[in-house]
Amino acid sequence: MANADGAPVPFLRFENVAKRYPGVAALRGVSFDVAEGSVHALIGENGAGKSTLLKILGGSQRPTSGCLRIGGLERDFRSTSEAIAAGVAVIQQELQLVPGMTVGENIYLGHLPVRRGVVDRRRLRELAAAQMRRLGEEIDPDTRLARLPIGQRQTVEIAKALSRGAKVVAFDEPTSSLSAREIDRLFAVIGELRRSGCAILYVSHRMEEIFRICDACTVLRDGGHVRTHSSLAGLSQNSFVRDMVGRSIDDVFGYAPRPLGPPALEVDGLSGPRLPSPVSLEVRQGEILGLFGLVGAGRTRLLKLLFGALRPSGGSIRIHGRPVAVREPIDAIRAGLVYCTEDRKREGIVPMLSVTENCNLTARRNNLRAFGVVNERWERSNVLGQIGALGIKTPSPEQLIRNLSGGTQQKVILARWLSEEVKVMLLDEPTRGIDIGAKSEIYSLIFRLAREGMALIVVSSDLPEVLGLADRVAVMREGRLSAVLDRADASPERVLAHALPLEKAVPA
Amino acid sequence: MSRGANPGPGRVGAAFDRAGMLLVLALLVALCAATVRGFVGPENVMNLLLQVSTVGIVATTMLFCLASGNFDLSVGTLIPCGGVLCALILRQTDNLFLATAGALAFGATAGLINGLVVAKLKINPLITTLSTMMMIRGLAFVFADGRSIGISNEAMLNLANSAFPVFHRQGSDGVLFQITTPVWICLALFAFFGFVLKRTAFGRNTLAIGGNEEAARLAGIAVDRVKIIIFAVQGLVASLAGVLLAARLGIGDPKTAQGSELSIISACVLGGVSLSGGVGRMSNVIAGVFIMGVVENAMNLLNIDSFYQYIVRGAILLSAVIFDQFRQRKGSG
Repeated sequence: MANADGAPVPFLRFENVAKRYPGVAALRGVSFDVAEGSVHALIGENGAGKSTLLKILGGSQRPTSGCLRIGGLERDFRSTSEAIAAGVAVIQQELQLVPGMTVGENIYLGHLPVRRGVVDRRRLRELAAAQMRRLGEEIDPDTRLARLPIGQRQTVEIAKALSRGAKVVAFDEPTSSLSAREIDRLFAVIGELRRSGCAILYVSHRMEEIFRICDACTVLRDGGHVRTHSSLAGLSQNSFVRDMVGRSIDDVFGYAPRPLGPPALEVDGLSGPRLPSPVSLEVRQGEILGLFGLVGAGRTRLLKLLFGALRPSGGSIRIHGRPVAVREPIDAIRAGLVYCTEDRKREGIVPMLSVTENCNLTARRNNLRAFGVVNERWERSNVLGQIGALGIKTPSPEQLIRNLSGGTQQKVILARWLSEEVKVMLLDEPTRGIDIGAKSEIYSLIFRLAREGMALIVVSSDLPEVLGLADRVAVMREGRLSAVLDRADASPERVLAHALPLEKAVPA
Repeated sequence: MSRGANPGPGRVGAAFDRAGMLLVLALLVALCAATVRGFVGPENVMNLLLQVSTVGIVATTMLFCLASGNFDLSVGTLIPCGGVLCALILRQTDNLFLATAGALAFGATAGLINGLVVAKLKINPLITTLSTMMMIRGLAFVFADGRSIGISNEAMLNLANSAFPVFHRQGSDGVLFQITTPVWICLALFAFFGFVLKRTAFGRNTLAIGGNEEAARLAGIAVDRVKIIIFAVQGLVASLAGVLLAARLGIGDPKTAQGSELSIISACVLGGVSLSGGVGRMSNVIAGVFIMGVVENAMNLLNIDSFYQYIVRGAILLSAVIFDQFRQRKGSG
């Protein structure tokens, strides 16, 4: 299993793997090797390209260029079943299991042992029990999956992969919903896989886990390959953080300090579903508050509570000093607080309607004629005004919005809100999935709005973006506001340190 | 109509979407005129208009229901139930106003219940209205005690048979051609709801909700309220169609208009209203209504057995839905 010089043989190899989506490069030529019988960590910020790489490995996406080799053979998976057939298993955060079926049926789903066309129950039980024993679990294969805790379900998923002869196993944040004890068991299972010669890819944000079980590590940033460490000996957490954040925060953002006015938004003790501790914060007129956190840290939830898209269970909101009761989005909109959603396709645009319709959807209500009849003159002058002011590139206001680029769609959504009298604007990942040119236009728009006295909260998973825009940076971790830093104090290392999950306390 | 000059792919498709069904209707009419005996002529046109009026009236509000991404099966039994209730109240009170108001109030209430269940309890509209459809059918039989109720009120019968303009046959009293009140009401509703859909904030919000409900909610649109109003108005209009049908037939019969919900939905889908919501225009729905009407009329003239008519109607619906799916896929590609 080793070369003459004793180095492990690369079993899985990524060769210049690139993936382009319209307007964005998710992966730009990533190359690295994963050896047989080793655990290889894959780390990077949100959006660095880790999930895209796993999707390509698992066959749910195809690379735009480049290829992967498994055991020396070039592979181009056109479907997940082709990847499975080639011995690849990707263990997702969302397990691909059927809760109503038994453990044994789940493990052999799709290739149940049969005798004369009927499922051979006895053989299924024996095979499944053997698979589970191999992973150090003693579970009755006839147990319904729904009765198992999440940690054991994950083991079932791994056993399912092994039953199909997986030689390459990739884990995507496998510990995110496990207890400390379950994590220990999982690591024992991963150790078992390593001993049996699997090539293992391990994606996680948790540095201490990576130091605990990984043999090698690859760092991705902005879809590019930063570095591969073939050994973790002598490396510190800080060196990884530097690699992950990388580029310095330079002047592409064009930040300039502004005079700040009185408080525009005061939030006191806001609580709601899945926000474990109440949040209090303040944004002043003309101020840009950056809000950083890993995916799932609760940033979007906080914004949706402020906007009334989720129902808050307590706390108070004041806008320009006046208390506002927000129960529905329209309450927030009337008070001058608006929210640009993260998921433009699902929560922002109405794809089958025109630019005009999408732009005027909200502000129309203030400009109606008698009996709710739409004022066509206002409709036209408003949309044309916004198209001019924001530089919206559309052949005509009647163009269906789904035919426009992501950046243009985003501008139409911004136009929808700027047709209102906005005091506070919440922007959730305002530059996700849009090209560089449109990005910088949106940055200058954000600065312009702040100069005009608007208060803005900008959520982004892109740390340089947050640091480049914000006057202050708020950081969230696991549903809590973990820090609010002034621009001068907000170094990438400090922000990331407040965002990365704390080590789990071992339950007594 | 598009104002900007934006040549590009999908332009022909879009033009076809706009005019396509009118074209199909024109071809169909030409075909029937050439091949079906008795198709052309004032008497048959008069019949045809009267026949489509019931489906046409209810299609105007079904358009809103489908365009908002919803569905209403209960109209198929609200039509007979509205007629039965009207006839029943007439028999008791002989008061035209009371009878009509009672039937309409019943329809609006039934629709309101549909809307509340769909919007507030988030129950699938198909299941909701399937359930209320059965309940309303039961109520119609209860009201009528299982039989049909004759209408003897002169004003009521006049409501259906009054006409303007009336052309008489030369040298006799026989009617050559006339447009009766139900037809006028149908035309008025086409115009009214066409205007509401196209020109009011309510209509625009309906399309936005059908196109992307979550986006509409986050844009500050009162999604629940719009849906509830749509269902309530749908119930009211279905009941109105029932009253007019009863007046025309002279009886409130719980067994009439069976399966009409499917004709109504077929007409809308033929008219390019997407079953997944967000797309719809009145002019095309009118075309859809007439396509269904012309096909049924031609089959009647050709003396095709009603059993076969079901098969043809079903086939038309299926092809309309397949066409809709095809258009969706082309659109998202």
